[in-house]
Amino acid sequence: MLDTSSTAGQIDLGGSLLTGSGKPFDRRKRLFFMNRMFRYVCIACAAFVCLILFLILLLMFRTGILTFGEVSFSEFFLSTEWSPETEQYGGLLFIFGTFALTLLTLIISVPLSLLIAVFLSTFVPAWLKNMLRPVMDLLVGIPSVVYGYLGLTVLIPLIRDVTGTGMGDGLLAAALVLTIMVLPTISRISDDSITAVPKKYSDASYALGATRFQTVVKVLIPSARSGIMYAVILGMARAIGETMAVVMVIGNTPQIADSLLKPTSVLTSNIVMQIANVPFDSTWNYALYLMGFLLLAISLLMIVGVRWLQRRGVQH
Amino acid sequence: MSNLNTTANSNPFRGKRGINSFNNRFFTILVWTVGIAVVLFILGLLFLILKDGMPKLSWNFLFGLPSEIEEGGGIGPALVNSFYILFLSLVISIPLGMAAGIYLAEFAPDNKLIGFVRICVEGLASVPSIIFGLFGIALFVEMFQLGLTILGGAVSLAFLNLPVLTRVTEESIRAVPKELKSGSFALGATHLQTIMRVLIPAAMNGIITGICLVAGRAFGESAVIILTAGVTTSGEMWDFSLFSPGETLAVHLWYVQSEAIVPDAQEIAQKAAAVLVFFVLLINLVFRIPLWLNSRKMQRS
Repeated sequence: MLDTSSTAGQIDLGGSLLTGSGKPFDRRKRLFFMNRMFRYVCIACAAFVCLILFLILLLMFRTGILTFGEVSFSEFFLSTEWSPETEQYGGLLFIFGTFALTLLTLIISVPLSLLIAVFLSTFVPAWLKNMLRPVMDLLVGIPSVVYGYLGLTVLIPLIRDVTGTGMGDGLLAAALVLTIMVLPTISRISDDSITAVPKKYSDASYALGATRFQTVVKVLIPSARSGIMYAVILGMARAIGETMAVVMVIGNTPQIADSLLKPTSVLTSNIVMQIANVPFDSTWNYALYLMGFLLLAISLLMIVGVRWLQRRGVQH
Repeated sequence: MSNLNTTANSNPFRGKRGINSFNNRFFTILVWTVGIAVVLFILGLLFLILKDGMPKLSWNFLFGLPSEIEEGGGIGPALVNSFYILFLSLVISIPLGMAAGIYLAEFAPDNKLIGFVRICVEGLASVPSIIFGLFGIALFVEMFQLGLTILGGAVSLAFLNLPVLTRVTEESIRAVPKELKSGSFALGATHLQTIMRVLIPAAMNGIITGICLVAGRAFGESAVIILTAGVTTSGEMWDFSLFSPGETLAVHLWYVQSEAIVPDAQEIAQKAAAVLVFFVLLINLVFRIPLWLNSRKMQRS
């Protein structure tokens, strides 16, 4: 009796042990399960980000390529006659406009940004630096429509007064607005890379008797070269892709810009002005998607360029 | 003595030194002038935007319905839509972007494929916003036949935010000191527990700064919204339907300035610009104040 009861007790005990150890075992299993699931969810999200890029590329390419069903390759890239109403789809003037605008923007903004970067990194005392840097960062966040609005209401009347032309919109106005927009980007990144140059370089330069001008031009800027190039490419990407600020000041006329003050059009502004009015299954729409694909290709090429620069910067 | 002086005077480098010091002085003056001019210009710009619009603001304008023909239209529905679309896009993009960032920082092996994924993320971050708009049209208007809706705008905007959030999360988690992670593992925590209770709280500062940047950008974004959510509102004040057209404040500013025919367009544009800039500054500043205080406290202790 006693024996059996003790065995029964033992069985009970074992049973309670089993159920007792059941819980931690479940918890352990649950933790492993959660860990694995979390990992899969994360992988899925990372794959999703890549998927979006490829979906965009595929969609733009597939829709854009349909243009060449009706328009010849050479017409789109070499003709400057854009009048979709009469079946003329020459895209050259927009491509030219985009490149001219970007070049003009860079010509104005790069020297100015470099001066500001040098100002922020080597001239200004620390307390002022700590105040100015956040202000520059805030400027990056101001919406592009606001810049466009200011360009339209302040800059264009000013250009009209100064040059005496009737319109005022065109490449010059757009380039000035874009300069203000890319200035904080380029100067802040250049500033960071100039600040990152080891202090011993500039100390050594001063010890050799160099003036501040010589130190900045011959030591600091060459040492920070790859960072500055990175900043310029980022600014360029922003200038090429910028839409709303440009739309408001460039004039939106499909004619090639042979003067700085002539209303013209670029890839982005043309897309945004016309896309709402065209049916999806038309050559006109396909041509707009092809322009989008060109923009996409240019910006992706720039990223490859940035990567290349970074790798070279690491090697140096 | 006099001998020394004459050698100093006939120093062959003297002329060159004169040029150098002239260059240096010229350069110093140039840099100071440009620097101060730009700073003044920036402050003037902000002042100009806020000065013209802020004093004229009224509740009627902020919460009033817009008008197509008569004077006195408000920006109510556009303002509501702005916040609604911003909220929706962040709800979609923050979990996705953070999870992708965590994968890249914590789980991803260091091989060519992952290098390629990183290039994809960077590439997506540099895609011009108008391309996301075209993508949104092709997806929501053409494929799903939804027309111009708040849903389409929010999802397209979320795609625009996604790569930035991914990169910010990855960078801030990578910046967490290795000791914290090792300490958590040494206490027997699993990887998930380590990520949730150690890495993410430690990286919170950077992540929230990134979210602020993204939110400010999304609030002012207009090209995507024009293409995917349209330039009209449903005309009701509190319309939270996902399928109504969703003009935001930034779009309204453009619309009023370039297409509208109301007589007081100029004034509406001034006020709308002021409100827009005010909210963007607010998003950028307010969320950072607790972080700033926090980091000061950390530095002191």
